[in-house]
Formats: sequence, structure tokens, C-alpha cells
Amino acid sequence: MEKIIRFTSRTVVLAQADIDTDQIVPARFLTTTTREGLGKALFADWRYDDKGKPRPDFVLNQPAAAGCSILVAGDNFGCGSSREHAPWALVDYGIRAVISTGIADIFRNNSLKNGLVPVIVDADSHAWLLANPGAEVSVDVEACQISLPDGRKLGFPLDRFSRYCLLNGVDQLGYLLQQSEAISRFEKNRAWQP
Amino acid sequence: MTARSLFEKVWDDHQVVAESADAPAVLYIDLHLIHEVTTPEAFTVLKSRGLALRRPDLTLATLDHSTPTVPIRSLADLDGLVGKAAANQIRVMIDNSHDAGVRMLGFDSDQRGIVHVIGPELGITQPGMTIVCGDSHTSTHGAFGALGFGIGTTEVGHVLATQCLLQRKPKTLAVTVNGQLNRGVTAKDIILGIIGKIGVSGGTGHVIEYRGSAISALSMDERMTICNMSIEGGARAGMIAPDDTTFEYLAGRPMAPAGAAWDAAVRRWRTLPSDPDARFDREVVLDVAELAPMITFGTNPGMVIPIDAPVPADTGNTSFRKSLQYMGVDAGKPMLGRAVDVVFIGSCTNARLSDLRQAASIFAGRRVSDGVRVMIVPGSQAVKKQAEAEGLDRIFTAAGAQWRESGCSMCLGMNGDTVGRGELCVSTSNRNFEGRQGIGARTVLASPLTAAAAAVTGRISDPRELLAS
Ligand code: SF4
Repeated sequence: MEKIIRFTSRTVVLAQADIDTDQIVPARFLTTTTREGLGKALFADWRYDDKGKPRPDFVLNQPAAAGCSILVAGDNFGCGSSREHAPWALVDYGIRAVISTGIADIFRNNSLKNGLVPVIVDADSHAWLLANPGAEVSVDVEACQISLPDGRKLGFPLDRFSRYCLLNGVDQLGYLLQQSEAISRFEKNRAWQP
Repeated sequence: MTARSLFEKVWDDHQVVAESADAPAVLYIDLHLIHEVTTPEAFTVLKSRGLALRRPDLTLATLDHSTPTVPIRSLADLDGLVGKAAANQIRVMIDNSHDAGVRMLGFDSDQRGIVHVIGPELGITQPGMTIVCGDSHTSTHGAFGALGFGIGTTEVGHVLATQCLLQRKPKTLAVTVNGQLNRGVTAKDIILGIIGKIGVSGGTGHVIEYRGSAISALSMDERMTICNMSIEGGARAGMIAPDDTTFEYLAGRPMAPAGAAWDAAVRRWRTLPSDPDARFDREVVLDVAELAPMITFGTNPGMVIPIDAPVPADTGNTSFRKSLQYMGVDAGKPMLGRAVDVVFIGSCTNARLSDLRQAASIFAGRRVSDGVRVMIVPGSQAVKKQAEAEGLDRIFTAAGAQWRESGCSMCLGMNGDTVGRGELCVSTSNRNFEGRQGIGARTVLASPLTAAAAAVTGRISDPRELLAS
């Protein structure tokens, strides 16, 4: 996995609250058997009309969104289905961080395994970010903080292990495989067997 | 020893390595359920790294999400029924399971069904277990006092390879439900009421324990309906303490322990309920004595009202307005009486035998209203067989409803069973998200009774008025 230390980008804003993973990737795109190429399915029903033509009024279709890698979203982003296709699609499209006041548990877990940084901020800063699309924001994984254009720095919660994995491009499966002795011991010594 | 909750007991019992400030816990998984949609990429990772499955014996596969709900004679039929991509995904799943030595309950098995329906039905879902699946409704298994939660595909790979997951210990939320339900009010209405109260993110970061007299009084089917929708309240898992109802349900099931092993298991299971002075990080209390049948009016499960109440007033909130506009619903106006196009009775929330019996109690002696398309999809092939043995299928088909093979079907519309653009569907499933049941589809979540009432009247109707007195 790629190491993620810090990056800067303009933001793109989807202010709606409770954006669920069915919106991020509708179910009909889940028949794939590979994780690549899902960027085109990202927000498909919001991005395209019946005929597959981009809807000009949707933010991601506007020229200002081009090249933005930070998504500012309404509260409780990523709720609903556990589909990892949601972070796959966001990353494939070019999003590297999602900023909100709340991010759903499973989506957050899935994001961290795909180098997508979940950033939780306070309501006031969130309101400012929602009101200022296109703001240039820096995400610093090492310092666990983001910087706003006016120089304000906001810390965000990131547990040490996730931070370590992002900074070093470490994939968690490797870490788990190293525990195999402990796992065998557990299997042997437990009081009951499933 | 300090008092512990049900969740804490199960958590402690599965820690291979305890969590620390530096690293999450390594948590052992007793049962890994897999299905065709969220596993292919995980198998690919294992293959590319030359890894074998650690415990194929603790892994169980089925086909449910993108499968057709009409009978198939051979796998070659699939392309025509569900499309090439879905057909390919199903075949990949069958091959992967076969190559890895995982038991697959496929089209040739009368034990096939929605993954969260068959686990309990087979008795492989048991109290005190850790159960995961690449599916957020794995919370269903918590009805047995198991810790069941949904995981992503990368984590599916972790479990396939190591039978473990890296997890931070979640917080606990006690939801205490008291009072006696009125006639026509069901477990589905309780959970919709709870989600309405805590909100769709109210349980984020928490495991819920449902407790109280109204929960103890529920059957296992009903408890599963409650735990199933924990994720709709933001909680990855919801649990209910195992008791005699649980043990009676499990006794004699094909994969449940038997003989001396059964006695030992029950003794262990009886130690699982939360200690009397166990502490929870948060508590919520709900009384259901006054609860009415509940329905959703918006595009998330927290946008829910009693069936006889008006849609809430417009607060000017843009997300609220967008949602109402999508649904074609007016703020401040009743939902009752709105015309319905489709009714779906199915899904891991409400497609067990007791759900179908309830629906049949409304359909009996009535006809589906003209112009309404009604699809009834049993949760498993076993449920289908039992329902047919009781003659429920004949009640449904005589009324003019479609009776299908088991699967997820119109709950997520992956297999071609979809709701059309702008159509209003009263559905017993769990998600009313935009487009969930088809592009532009409008979903109203409700109980099987309320869904059946909509089918026979052609409108959103209060089922209490149709129940035989
Ligand atoms: S029935 Fe619906 S919610 Fe349940 S597992 Fe299938 S798709 Fe998911």
C-alpha cells in the first residue's frame, strides 16, 4: 500500500447528511469481482441521468471539482451497507480524505484499509467547510490534523495503529499473519470449541 | 470480579491479544458467513499471496444477494436471469468455495437462503459466538446472544486467512424496552420506533444490548428482526441475552450441539447474560404500550412515524426537503391513504415463517388490489418449504401475489427484482435509501402486517383495521 503522510487539495462539498453507501455505489455495480475501476460508479445515480449523461448540476460534474481529492460531507457519512466498494470507488475516483462531523463505523474501518483518511471535525469548523467549497485544505496524517486556509489547525482522532499503517503503507493482513502463533495457542487452549 | 455485560463477556472470551494504546485487539471469529457479493476480491488477495484458508470448517457459504428468485435448472440459466456479471459472480463464488474446501449451500441445497436467515435456522448461530460476514445485517445473529457484525471485504480476507480481526473495543448502549405490545404492532414497529428515537447515527461506535420485558417476551424470529436493524441505528452489533426461548429454538437444529455437548453448551450459555450491576456507556428506555404500527416517510430509516401520524413539519433543513421531494411526500400531511404500486414482503428483516404467517392473516380471503404488484420472497428454502406445508403459498397466490424462491431479491434489487422509477413500494426490508430497490424507487419500510394491508387495499393502510376481530 501507498504511504500517506500529508497532502493538500481544494475541497468538494456534498452537504447532505446521512449519505449512505448505496448512494456512493448503487447495488447494481456490486456484481464486479475486482476492486478496480469503480470510480465510474461513484455517486452514479446523482452524477448521471437516465441516459448516462452527466447531470451538470451535480457538484462532481462541475469544473471546480476537477482534481479535488478532499470530500467534505454532511454528518454520518457512509452509513448503511458494509460494501467496501464505497471506499474503493472514492479512492479510484481520486478522493483521499473525507471530512465530516460523523462517519459511520464500517465505512470508517473500510476506508482506513484503503488509504482513505476519515477526518472528524467539530460542528463549527464543519459548518465553515460546508460553506466554503473549494477551500484549500491540508491533511496531515503524521500530526493528525488538518489546516484551513486561514491557518487554523484542527486535530482529528486517529488511533495509533491506523496512523502507523497509513504512514508506513502497512497492510494489516501482514500484521495479523505475524500473530499466527498466538492464534494457534488460543485455538488450542480455549475452554470450548465452536 | 467486576460486573460485565453480555457483550463484554463475549468480547473477553475471544481476545487472542488484548488491545493496547498501540494496537487493536486480535479478536477470534467462531463463524464466518460468506456470500457472492463481498468475497471475490478477498479470495483474490489470498490467492495472490499464496495463503490458504485457516479454518474452512468455521466458514459457511451461501448464495443470496444476486441470485434469481425463480427456479433454475442449471447454472447456465443464470446469465439470462440475472445478467452476465451477476451470473459470473455467483459462479466465482461456487468455485472459490469449492477450491477452499468451504461448505457451500448453493442452488442444489435445500438449506440455501439469505445468509442471516439460514445461520439461525441451521443452529450454527449460537450464543456466545463471534460471527462476522461481509454484510452489515450480520447484527441479526445478536438475537442469540452472539456478537455478530458486518465487515468489509478486506476484513473478509483477514478472517479467511487468520480467522481473526483487528478490532477496537466498541462502547455499549443499553436499550431497555418495556410494556406490552398492542394487537397489530410487531417487532418491526419496535425497532423502527427505537431508530426513530436514537436516530440513524445514534448507535455509532456502540454495541446495543436490547433488554427489558418487551424484549424477553419476543420469539426468536422477532428478536432477529430487532437485532437485524441495529445497523440502521448506526450500531454494528445488537445483542439480546440468551434465555429459554433461545435454547428451545436451537434444540434439535441440524448444526446445534446434541447430547452431552448440548447440555454443556446450555450451561455455558446460561452464564452469558449481563450481570445485574453491569455498566453500559449509555442507556435509552422505551415503552411500547402506546406504540402504533410504524412506517418510514423519507429516505433513511430514522425518518419514521406512527402510521396514523402526519409527516413532520418542514424545518427548512435541506436534507429533509430533498428526501421528501425524492419520496413525493408532503410535510405535515398523512402517509395513510397514499396509493401504493409495489409491495415487497421479504429480506433478512422479515421473511421468516412467523412473518409470512402474519402477512397471510391479512391476505386470507382477500385479493391484492388492482394494479399493485406484490412479491413475497421467503428468507430461505426451508422457510419456503414450511410455508408451503402450511398452505401459506396458496393464500398468497390465490390473493394474486407472486410467491418466489428465497433470496435478497427486491431488498437491494441486484438480481433484477426491482421497483420502477417513481413507484412507491411498501417493503418489509430494512433500508429506504434512495434507489435502494431500483433507480428512482420510493421505499416505505413497514411490518409484514402493514405491507400486506397495503397490498390488499392498494393504499398505505393501518393493519389494525384489517385484523380479524
Ligand atoms: S435481505 Fe437485504 S439486507 Fe438482508 S442480507 Fe440481503 S440484501 Fe442485505
